[in-house]
This record gives sequence, structure tokens and C-alpha cells, in this order.
Amino acid sequence: MSGRVLVGVKRVIDYAVKIRVKPDNSGVVTDGVKHSMNPFCEIAVEEAVKLKEKKLIKEVVAVSCGPQQSQETIRTALAMGADRGIHVEVAGKDYETLGPLQVSKIMAALAKKEDAQLLILGKQAIDDDCNQTGQMTAALLDWPQGTFASEVSLDGDKVKVVREIDGGLETIKISTPAVLTADLRLNTPRYATLPNIMKAKKKKIANVKPADLGVDLTSRLEVLKVEEPPQREAGVKVETVEDLVGKLKETGRI
Amino acid sequence: MAALFKARKALGLCLRGCRSLTQLAELPETHQLLRQTCRDYADRELMPIAGKLDKEHVFPAKQIHELGAMGVMAMEVPEELGGAGMDYLAYSLAMEEISRGCASTGAVVSVNNSLYIGPILKFGTEEQKKQWITPFTTGEKVGCFSLSEPGNGSDAGAASTLAHQEGDQWVLNGTKAWITNSWDASATVVFATTDKKLKHKGISAFLVPMPHPGLSLGKKEDKLGIKASSTANIILEDCRIPLENMLGPRGTGFKIAMQTLDCGRIGIAAQALGIAQAALDCAADYAHKRTAFGAPIGKLQAIQFKLADMAVAVESARLLTWKAAIFKDSNKPFIKEAAMAKLAASEAATYCSHQAIQVLGGMGYVTDMPAERHYRDARITEIYEGTSEIQRLVIAGQLLKEYQS
Repeated sequence: MSGRVLVGVKRVIDYAVKIRVKPDNSGVVTDGVKHSMNPFCEIAVEEAVKLKEKKLIKEVVAVSCGPQQSQETIRTALAMGADRGIHVEVAGKDYETLGPLQVSKIMAALAKKEDAQLLILGKQAIDDDCNQTGQMTAALLDWPQGTFASEVSLDGDKVKVVREIDGGLETIKISTPAVLTADLRLNTPRYATLPNIMKAKKKKIANVKPADLGVDLTSRLEVLKVEEPPQREAGVKVETVEDLVGKLKETGRI
Repeated sequence: MAALFKARKALGLCLRGCRSLTQLAELPETHQLLRQTCRDYADRELMPIAGKLDKEHVFPAKQIHELGAMGVMAMEVPEELGGAGMDYLAYSLAMEEISRGCASTGAVVSVNNSLYIGPILKFGTEEQKKQWITPFTTGEKVGCFSLSEPGNGSDAGAASTLAHQEGDQWVLNGTKAWITNSWDASATVVFATTDKKLKHKGISAFLVPMPHPGLSLGKKEDKLGIKASSTANIILEDCRIPLENMLGPRGTGFKIAMQTLDCGRIGIAAQALGIAQAALDCAADYAHKRTAFGAPIGKLQAIQFKLADMAVAVESARLLTWKAAIFKDSNKPFIKEAAMAKLAASEAATYCSHQAIQVLGGMGYVTDMPAERHYRDARITEIYEGTSEIQRLVIAGQLLKEYQS
């Protein structure tokens, strides 16, 4: 086993920012808005670094697809303990239409190229909430997948994954190489320590173009319109239960 | 390993030599990442509890541990001794972000870094550094700085705490006042007179562990602000310490204290910046949300002018602080710049927090909003580590030297 783990990290608008829709309804405002690493990707990085600290794997490689600024996201991963980074340059129109299908093709190509033992991703990104990239990548690679992981343990060439599902918790055992996606309760990501921030400066980030990996970035999706959610309207107060039932019937709710 | 450290040091020295004032325009990448990390920590871990810490006067022990793990409690200390091995610009950035979250925590961090570790790092022997610095880098232990006395604050040369030698021990007697961190500290740097006839050249510095026989603490002061940090008298009655606990040569205590405060000033300037920024953030946010006369009050010129003046005050103080830090890191003279930074930043903090309450109106006067806490926290920054009056003396002194023909 190569002992190498690839972790995908996505640069998204910071979770605390109030999102505003562009006046032309083509998307959301991103210029000058604070961006940071997707919270589920932080959890993925933390899990990979933990595995390395337990000496169960040898190398953590952080990967990000996006424009120049994605390098900041990779540096944050390096400061958390990743060993090196790969920046897949996608900019301009290609970046606007970049989605799970293209990213999973890129991830699959890199996982093969880097001979990865594990590919760990966040379960979904907080901007598009797709929850597709992990699953698609596993399908493209024909690798087993452990998604919505709340607990991961390595055992030789197998991985035990406890998954959070609607009915409760499901435990599965899959062979490596495999794809895992991190759920909220998998771990609590560490704050980068100052010495690690200094060390991160010296770690390498390789630049790769999607074409080098033989990936076609054409999107099969077209965004027609982006709108604000409907404004919350004032409620109506009623005196009795009969009035309430009447009102609900009136507005077609029952 | 040794070769790695040597190479790193060489690289560091090279970078420092190249450092220029372009850093004032845009911070280097590592410093940006560091600033963001500290800001995230302050937003998530300090800001939510700052009000509670203030109300209950509770020392933020858990947070100090976490900051220690990040390297924030010993930022200038080399990695070999357990520190983060960073420069003073990095320290200023970290201090500002931490203080923006909680000014009391900022005070604890500042005293540990600049006032306790600072002099030992500069004047201590290798053995003293290992014994008195390394355990204080993790956040498990914090130190304090005992210079002021009931009889002298600004008049530091009049130290009435005495130290005399008895065999193989120093014996200390006297009272120190206004000592930040005193109730939570595990050691202190104490300044005492060893030769009264030499006046300020007869003061020496000592390292005393806490607790220790002969050292007792006065009652915790009930302060206007930075309530989560403890402030009290330290009473020395026949306090005996080994001879090797003297810091630096005999009679250099005053010089050590003054040089330590010159550096500490940059840290306090950064703390004041954090408080000023927090006040500005509070006021600007309120100006967006509060409506009066049919529109958000941010549309009114009276409010806009206040916010503009606050922003200018903070930004100019920030640039002064960064300049002082960069000069110190480049081994250039920085005493005047550090005093200017502390003066500007502390006056910006009191100005901004005053105006923030004004913008918030009645809401600024109640504890539901943090504006009143910023107002109370800001006030001390014009007093400790050199009053604004002392800063003016220092600046004028340095300035007039420059004009001497």
C-alpha cells in the first residue's frame, strides 16, 4: 500500500457571510467577499492528518480545483499538517461552470496518478450542497465508498466506516483503495499552530492543468436563474382553534 | 536537525534583512495566514464568552491552554525552547486579533509574552531560559512582571523593594502593586534595589517562582475593565531565592525594565487596536441595522462622520504599530515608534469605544451589547505599560535627540 492519502479541499464563501444574489440573478456575489475552506473539507484534512499522526499512513496530499486563490486554501491544509499540495488550475468561465462531475473526473485521474490508498472528501460543499463528488469519484474509479463517515478506522488493507444515515448509524467494512466522505461528527478540526504556519510556507504546491489529466471541463448543466429565498411574511394571529382550522383550510394548507 | 535549524535561521536572517516598509501595504502570506487563524480562533472561542468572563471575573484557563498549543503564548521564543519562533509583526497581529475577541485574554497573553518571557529571553542565561521560559510556552503556566509599587509607578527608579544577600541566597522585602496575572501566575520577574546609593543603577532583576515562601498575594483588585485578568499586590516578606535567580548582571534591573517596556508597548498598542476595532465593528454593524427617521442610521452624516473618524484613528494607529514592530524585527531603533504606537492606539481605543456607545445610544449603555465592555476595557490601555504622559516624554526625548546639532 502506498500509504498516500489524497484530500480534496474546496474554497467556498465563508459560512458566516451573508450571501447576496447578483442583480442580474446569474449567481451570488463573490467579489471582495470573505472565502475560506469548506468546513467539511477541514474535517477531511483533520482526519487524514490524524491517520498520519497515528502512523497508519505516510503522506497527506491536499488537492484543490479552482483559480489562483485556491492556493490559499491548500496552504491552510498544509498548515494543518498536510505534506504537499496539488493545485488544479481552473479559472474564468470554466470555474463558473465547474461542478461535481468535472471535479470527480479530476480527482479520479489524480488518485490513479498518485497511487492513492484513500481519497477523503467533505461530504458536501456549503455553497452548492451537491453531495455528489465523493460518490461520483468512487464510481469513476470503481472503488468502494464510505460516505457520511462519523468514524473511520484502518485495519490492514481494509477500512471500517461508521456512517450516519437516516435510520441511525451503519457500520461497513470496505477494502482500500477507497473513497471516504467526512460528516460533521467525524472530528473537530485543529487550529493551525504558528510553527506549522511557518513550515507550510516551505511545503510544495504542484500546479496541474485539467487538460494534463485528460479531463474535459465542459459542463452538462446550465444555471438558468439564481434567486433569493422568498421573504418571510408576517404571520396572522387567531383567537380560537376553530379559527385556526378555518384559516388553514382557507389558504389551502389542509 | 541542527543543520535544519541553522539553515532556517540563515533563511530567516536573510528575509529580515530584505524586509522593508512595503510590508505596511500588504502583509506577507504567512502573516496573513497567521492573522486569519487568530481571527478565526477569537471569533469562535473568545468572542462568545468574553461577556461572561467579564461579568464573572473568570480567568480563561482553557483558552490560554489552547492558545499555548497554537504557539501564541510564546511567539518570539525560538522553537528549540518551545515557542513559535515568529517575529514581532506576527506577535502584533496575533495580539490585535485575540484582543478583538476578548481584551482580558489579550492582557494575559501580552504580559506572558512581552513582560515575563521578554526580559528572560533577552537577558537570561541558557539555563535560566530552559527553566523559566520553556514551561511557560504551553499555556499551562503564565508569568507576571513586578515593577510598580504602591509608592512608585511612573517613577520606576524609586524602587523601595529591597534585596540583600545572605550567604547563598537573595532575600527580598517589599510590596509590588498592580501586578497583572498575579493570582494565576507560576513565576514573576521582580525588580528590587540591591544598592540604594546607586539610585536607579542600583536596581536588579530577580526570578521568583509562585507560590513561594515569603511571597504572598494581596486581594484581587476590582477593576473597571479587563476583569477576567487578575490584578493584585505581591508582598515579599523575607522571600529567599538562590543566587542564580538574579536575571542579568547586578544593577542592570532598571535597564532591563525599560527595555522590556519598550517592547511591551508594541504588544499593548496591538491590544488597544483590537479593542478599538471591536468597538468600530460594533458601531458599524449597528449603523446598518438600526433605523431612525425612516432609514438605517448609517445613512445619517452625523453617524457617518463618527465612523469615518473612528476608522482613521484605528488605521493610523495600526500602521504605527506595524512600523514599530517591523523596525524592531529589523534591529533598527524603535523606541520612539513604539511609544508613538502605544500612545496612538490607546487613545484610538478610548476614542472609538466612546463613539461606539454614542452610535448605539441607549443600547450602548447596557450589557446586552459589548460596547460598554469595550469602553471599560479600553481605559487601561492609556495607563499601563507606561501612561500616555510617559509616552509623550519618551517621544519628545527621542525626537529632540534627532534635532541636536
